[in-house]
Amino acid sequence: MMRAFIGLFRRDLRLALRQGGDTGLVLGFFVLAVVLFPLGVGPEPAVLQRIGAGIVWVAALLAALLSLDRLFQSDYQDGGLELLALSSLPLELAVLAKCAAHWVATGLPLALTSPFLAFLVDLEPAAIPTLTLGLIIGTPALSLIGSVAAALTLGARRQGVLLSLLVLPLYVPPLVFGAGAVEASAAGTGARAHLLILGALSLAALPLCPWASAAALRQALE
Amino acid sequence: MPYNLVATRGKGGACRFSGGKVRGVPADTDLVAEDLACRRGERLVFAGLSFRLPPGGALVLTGTNGSGKTSLLRLLAGLIAPAAGRLAWGAAPIAGDFAEHRTRLHYVGHQDGVKPGLTPRETLVFWAALRGRELRREASTLDAALAAFALEPVADWPCRWLSAGQRRRLALARLLLIPALLWLLDEPIAALDHDNQRRLEQAIAQHRAASGRVVLATHITIEMDDAAGLVLDAFAPPPGDVAED
Repeated sequence: MMRAFIGLFRRDLRLALRQGGDTGLVLGFFVLAVVLFPLGVGPEPAVLQRIGAGIVWVAALLAALLSLDRLFQSDYQDGGLELLALSSLPLELAVLAKCAAHWVATGLPLALTSPFLAFLVDLEPAAIPTLTLGLIIGTPALSLIGSVAAALTLGARRQGVLLSLLVLPLYVPPLVFGAGAVEASAAGTGARAHLLILGALSLAALPLCPWASAAALRQALE
Repeated sequence: MPYNLVATRGKGGACRFSGGKVRGVPADTDLVAEDLACRRGERLVFAGLSFRLPPGGALVLTGTNGSGKTSLLRLLAGLIAPAAGRLAWGAAPIAGDFAEHRTRLHYVGHQDGVKPGLTPRETLVFWAALRGRELRREASTLDAALAAFALEPVADWPCRWLSAGQRRRLALARLLLIPALLWLLDEPIAALDHDNQRRLEQAIAQHRAASGRVVLATHITIEMDDAAGLVLDAFAPPPGDVAED
């Protein structure tokens, strides 16, 4: 079972990196979206500093969202999903393996790029580690919550739009506490509470979301 | 030898196919279907379907488009649940232990599940991993499966360069990678050329000689000794028949 889990994780990661598209596209979108804000709201450092954390987090959410529709779509279309359902791996764990690969291919690169983008929005230097740490802790929740919506919308027309409508409201808690952590740390009040809640969100999503996604996938296989 | 037609419509009227060289194997290892019905959406696709498939047996599903060949295969794989009736492996109902049933079978649907970004070799390693086998260091097993369908020349190409027939052969190579008791094949010869059809027939014959079972849906006549035929149109409910729960 462990072998099947690792095998699936490794294949998904390999596909994401080899096709280049996935990780590169997500990072490109993330950088461009953040760069657009100073151009739009003007270069006053005071304004950017005030909204910088929010900008980076919103851009990260949208970038993660961008890659979600591909999480199960290609497996669904080419019959790979049936093979997953017939493998020695319970579908819940298969979802978990796919989410883990999705996180390594998107969430983690987003978090690691965030310090550079923090300079673009003139974030308080003291708050930059909090931003990166918050993204590392919070992006697993984005992948996991997104997997439920991706599984539910399988086979739907205009999947991408439906997916965004389903998933963005669910992304509000990670956004609130992620951006909140950066602001708290810039204000010098300590971000520990925010980061703990962010971690709690990811930990709660860890067992719940694969379970819900697997149920939706079974529905899609009918 | 062409396959002969044995199964008939009737409630519970199961018929036993003799499976060539494995006559006399106790019946408790048969794959048993009793009075199966399948519903897709509101429509009852077939009903009252019964058969027994002993070790070494082969069952060829034929029927018009939409008569339920794929549905029956997916049902036998446990991917969908029957609307009525019972499926059992010997005495043990399959519905009771899908995890066990999955390890017994190979299902090759009409979609190949081949990812354009991986090579055939990587694809086979992944498929073996899904069944709990680590083959990255067992090159001989991989090479044997690739060779059985003459895939060696393209073994390290990305699958996006493969033709439809080559992808299909890669999907079929999965059958030989890890032994399984039951092969469920959906239109396996579609897209295969003459030579590769022979290779598949040979693989099926070897599988059956080792007491393996095959259920396959096809439009094209395939050479198989002692196979039973099942024409699904015979089990279509009369128009207006209401599905019972």
